[in-house]
Amino acid sequence: MTNDQGHLMIKTALHAGRIMIENGSEVARVEDTIRRIALNAGYPDSKVYVTITGIMMSISGEENAQIEPVTSRSIDLEKITQVNDLSRHFAAHKIDLAQFDDRLTHLDQHPRYFPVWLQLISAGLVSGTLEVVFRGNYPDFLVSCLIGLVGWGVFYGMSQLVRVRFLSEFLAATAIGILAILAVKFQLGTNADDIIIGSVMPLVPGVPLTNAVRDILAGDLVSGIARGMEALMSAIAIGSGIAMILQAM
Amino acid sequence: MLNLIMDLILTYIGTVTFGILLNVPRRGLNIGGWIGALSFLFYRLCMMANMGIAFANLVGALIIGILSMQAARYKKMPVINFNIPALVPFVPGGQAYQMVKNFALGNVSEAISFLLQVMIISGSIAFGFLLAEMVNRVQARVMLALSSRWRHEHRHNPRL
Repeated sequence: MTNDQGHLMIKTALHAGRIMIENGSEVARVEDTIRRIALNAGYPDSKVYVTITGIMMSISGEENAQIEPVTSRSIDLEKITQVNDLSRHFAAHKIDLAQFDDRLTHLDQHPRYFPVWLQLISAGLVSGTLEVVFRGNYPDFLVSCLIGLVGWGVFYGMSQLVRVRFLSEFLAATAIGILAILAVKFQLGTNADDIIIGSVMPLVPGVPLTNAVRDILAGDLVSGIARGMEALMSAIAIGSGIAMILQAM
Repeated sequence: MLNLIMDLILTYIGTVTFGILLNVPRRGLNIGGWIGALSFLFYRLCMMANMGIAFANLVGALIIGILSMQAARYKKMPVINFNIPALVPFVPGGQAYQMVKNFALGNVSEAISFLLQVMIISGSIAFGFLLAEMVNRVQARVMLALSSRWRHEHRHNPRL
């Protein structure tokens, strides 16, 4: 086992770990995947330290640990699944380390999102259906769909423009609040509260919230609390956007 | 009854579409929707039997956790593809909104009572997930003891 092989293994494993954290995986899964990659590459004794802002890894008995910073975080469960699949292929010896690294680079550079129109329609449907499920208000179904769609459009557009998640959430919530109150004023809807509750649902920070709980339960306290703060910030951004409009109008 | 069936259909649609927003792979969307609808059915049954909101949410989260793990094993996909979309119908959105609204309008005592409700609901969801995790560990132990094929398939899993 030459040292080059070890370097390639650490590079590939860190790359896989970074993609997983960037796209919203929980810390225990990342540790597990990195350790399996090391095991399958012939290093059963590796040391990994994962937080949601960076990963450190070394092989026991060899010098030079390596660090991989994680600077951006978004949500894309497809990428996590694909890294998982690649790791399985590697474990089954269908691909070797160099191919693994190539495919990770390819995966990182060519994300496969659902088309924007489908995302918009989905956001509308999430809003409408959950509004009815939570409040049982059938007459406002269509208005909620429409306002939820516009809200997600604002969120998506602002995310492309400024890349600060909290700001996009705040502006989307503000837009939703204004539109809901206007819709009731012009008699398109019956209850502004119900419309807002439904339309805000696509923005709910479900992934950070679930991961915060899972991380804390798994004992990754640092990441769990950081992730909880992320979810709390999103909730505050949405809540203050709505609160501002409710006070103003 | 009609209302319940309608709600289940809407929950299915809501879960699948939320999955699309999170970019869940296409092959996992349908099963995630079924998990969402099924757990919501049990939640509603608990609510109808007057078991209280905390217990109902705990049961819902427990069922989501168990079914998601089975789906993850069956489809060989990470479990978060299933449990995050399925959790969406349980989010205490109504209470959280009432809390924000009452804070904004200055009714602090009402806002705090809604805040407590939000905390109760999210706490019971978290403990539902914890229980589901325990069930999955026990299941893994039992399978490990009983099935040699299973032991062979999972021989590299360091968590067992």
